Amino acid sequence: MIIASNVTKKFGKLKALDNVSTFCNKGECIALIGPNGSGKTTLIKSILGMVVPDSGFITFKDKNILHHWQYRDEIGYMPQIGRYPDNMTIGQVLSMMKDIRNKKNTLDEDLIHSFSLHQLLNKRMSTLSGGTRQKVSAALAFLFDPTVLILDEPTAGLDPIASEILKEKIIAEKEKGKLVLITSHILSELDDLVSRIIYMQDGKLVFHKSIEAVREDTGEVKLSKAIARVMSNQSMVE
Amino acid sequence: MVKLKIQKMIKIVKYVITDILRNKIVLVYTLFLMASAFSVFGLEDNSSKGLLSLLNIILIVVPLVSIIFSAIYVYNSAEFIELLVSQPLKRKSIWLSIFAGLATSLSIAFLIGAGIPILIYQANGIGFTMLAVGILLSVIFVSIAMLATVKTRDKAKGIGAAIMLWLYFSLLFDGFVLFLLFQFTDYPMEKPMIAVSALNPIDLSRILILLQLDVSAMMGYTGAVFKDFFGTYVGILFSLTILTLWIAIPVWYATRKFNTKDL
Repeated sequence: MIIASNVTKKFGKLKALDNVSTFCNKGECIALIGPNGSGKTTLIKSILGMVVPDSGFITFKDKNILHHWQYRDEIGYMPQIGRYPDNMTIGQVLSMMKDIRNKKNTLDEDLIHSFSLHQLLNKRMSTLSGGTRQKVSAALAFLFDPTVLILDEPTAGLDPIASEILKEKIIAEKEKGKLVLITSHILSELDDLVSRIIYMQDGKLVFHKSIEAVREDTGEVKLSKAIARVMSNQSMVE
Repeated sequence: MVKLKIQKMIKIVKYVITDILRNKIVLVYTLFLMASAFSVFGLEDNSSKGLLSLLNIILIVVPLVSIIFSAIYVYNSAEFIELLVSQPLKRKSIWLSIFAGLATSLSIAFLIGAGIPILIYQANGIGFTMLAVGILLSVIFVSIAMLATVKTRDKAKGIGAAIMLWLYFSLLFDGFVLFLLFQFTDYPMEKPMIAVSALNPIDLSRILILLQLDVSAMMGYTGAVFKDFFGTYVGILFSLTILTLWIAIPVWYATRKFNTKDL
């Protein structure tokens, strides 16, 4: 569904993405894992067209995304740090997005209700706590029932109850055959979510394997331990 | 397809304008224009003298407010832009919608603030030229502000650049022109001056209006040459084209830059 070919992106001297090639198929739940600054968010932003690669290209359903903006209709994106216009209320942000997306019949308002956001509609975005902001971001990502979900650190800043709700929602959407792309540092919560793992380091894609293969290679059942082993192996190689 | 794109653009423009109107600065700007216009017309017994004083106020204030307000607005809507870019919208539509929103609200502010007094005291050709020039200047400096902000990521730098551009167009440029005139005082500089005036939208606007007032008789030979050129239809068409280019070129270049900008 999404194919990245030799994507390279430099920010000044720093190579944020170094010749990354990968693919994501329907019905998969892919975890993007790597140390801080390994290029995970840059890769996600490239897929969304927020960052334009220096070389290489990305296709979405066999169409180069560079000249096609309509493909974003099928993506729900939850940013790492949701930033919204300060003087708009939650209700205004929600109705603006509905207005722009223009999809009135297939709205998925589950998260708005389970996060009780409908009681906060008149609150201005500037007065919200980080966690509530994350809830708004999550609700927006799922709102339009997209076929691809891109979640950048979805549970960071959420309380345990909210992150459990979000996790269940992600599993439910995955069961429907959607592609879910997720980055997280809390590996323990990815265990029962993901089917494949992309491991990145210093802007390079180190491997892209199914979770079973990772477990087999490392001999660990828990994802957190398996990745810890991968990381220590990596540093030994260097 | 095209219709859908335009519909989406109108929606964004609508959000930009409501957002700007919620911000009180534009209202204060309107009231300031209105107050200064009424006081200027009230002070002078001859309303065409009043128009001349108003011209000087407009040529300073309109570019200043347009460029700085737009620059600050674009930086403050960084979040809004980021949010929109991840949505199924074309980058070009987002950027042009912000431009259209800013240009519309500042033009309306000018039209109400300066338009009402002008129409009361000077509802004639000169008055209407002044309104047209004020609106063109508003839009031109929004366009220049869009260019200044797309080039720099840093807010302080971008706003600084906007202020420097305003200083250049309203003060420094005239200094250069004077310097040039003194250097080439032995040569006939009247015709080249027409070309030079095209390089500054503020100067061009000033010439356009002064030539319609009687004071142009006091500008000597240069004034006569200018009157010969700018007084004709060709001259007016020429200056309108140049002013339109001052809108189109910065915003076109800024849109190109924005298309490949990393957010």
